Amino acid sequence: MADSPKSVLTTPVFKNNPIALQVLGVCSALAVTTSMQVALVMTLAVIFVTAFSNFFVSLIRNHIPSSIRIIVQMTIIASLVIVVDQVLKAFAYDISRQLSVFVGLIITNCIVMGRAEAYAMKNGPGMSFLDGIGNGLGYGFVLLVVGFIRELFGAGSLFGIQILSLAKDGGWYVTNGLLLLPPSAFFIIGLMIWAIRSWKPDQVEHDEFKIQANTKPREVL
Amino acid sequence: MSKSNDTIKKTFIVAFILCLVCSVIVSGAAVSLKPLQQANQELDRRTNILLAAGLIEPDEVTREKVEELFAQINVRVVDLRTGELTDAVNPDTYNQVKAASDPAMSTALQNDPAGIRRLEQYGIVYLVGDVNNPDRIILPVRGAGLWSTLHGFLALEGDANTIAGLGFHDHAETPGLGGEVDNPNWKAQWPGKQVYNEGSQEPQLGLSKSPDQEHEVDALSGATLTSRGVTNLLQFWTSERGYGSFLAKFRQGV
Repeated sequence: MADSPKSVLTTPVFKNNPIALQVLGVCSALAVTTSMQVALVMTLAVIFVTAFSNFFVSLIRNHIPSSIRIIVQMTIIASLVIVVDQVLKAFAYDISRQLSVFVGLIITNCIVMGRAEAYAMKNGPGMSFLDGIGNGLGYGFVLLVVGFIRELFGAGSLFGIQILSLAKDGGWYVTNGLLLLPPSAFFIIGLMIWAIRSWKPDQVEHDEFKIQANTKPREVL
Repeated sequence: MSKSNDTIKKTFIVAFILCLVCSVIVSGAAVSLKPLQQANQELDRRTNILLAAGLIEPDEVTREKVEELFAQINVRVVDLRTGELTDAVNPDTYNQVKAASDPAMSTALQNDPAGIRRLEQYGIVYLVGDVNNPDRIILPVRGAGLWSTLHGFLALEGDANTIAGLGFHDHAETPGLGGEVDNPNWKAQWPGKQVYNEGSQEPQLGLSKSPDQEHEVDALSGATLTSRGVTNLLQFWTSERGYGSFLAKFRQGV
């Protein structure tokens, strides 16, 4: 693991992206990418939670009994998520309604748990904090790209501002309804993973087993 | 990780302290932000009412404006069984949707076109201006669409027959299809439509593929079931089982 603060911060964005390479946190990426604004708030919430959960887990890592370490991490993450949820409800009510349960579900986002267990348990608070921000950015990068495509072509707008004039309002652009439904994010994320792995072939996973050449059932033919 | 961390004593101490600290943080955030959150919810509800009534445009919603406009609105309770105004419950604290699931406050519906299962005894009504001679009458309506229950407000002019506006603030219909109930262009068809025929108590309003000019608007394309649900819920709430008897008091020749 290269350990300069800069590399800790930037590696997760492209080289070791939590969604594209590790394929974690896909569920929420399907749900909160219908518009850029929602995706951006979700990104900020996840960055906050991963950064601070990494920080606090790292701070007390030398005192966590290994038998209850997962539940300790969960408690810290859950507390942070509840605080984020409460703050959103108080200061950004409209957006918190759109995010609905997905703020609460940050708790179950594998990225947060994964970084606490894999990085924060072994590294100092400062670096863990940066690692959390980096992974949050990696998650957010994918979210914003998917959100950009879905909102632009699904609703003809970005951040709620109309960019393409819609056919139903007398313009020329006929919206693609599929892009407003969760399955479209699957296609977009799939294509993104393909693009990133074509660009950086070392991210391609090796086959776990090889399929043997079919030798026996010749007689079937 | 040193070995001493794994003793039972240390495990309990760490767990206890962690829980204590986390619970203080969580409850601190919840308690200190609660007034703001409640104010937001209340503002949201009022905004929805004003939007449905067409008293405010979506791009001019501010806290001050909403408070100011809502001050003209009288919130009253109607006994849905008789259609009379009542003081049986406090309109400021009464939650109509919650009451519908309380057996003491509601009855199960046998014939249930709106798909709401239980109907409460008391309904809220928002009267703009004078209570006995209101400028507008705003009714909360709800009912099943395709995926979800739609919650909205139907606003009528003072004659209790001409529609002033309709808006849904909470639903989970398919975006782009049933979700088009939020489309301003579609909603703009409603004002001016009549709920009833002259002298009749039967609601005629609804959505149709070939709307008649007087009562109906265009159905939502690609969303037959949502359209049907919206028609059913509107007709239910304006019928005598909903607010029909109450509305009859403001109409002439019924």
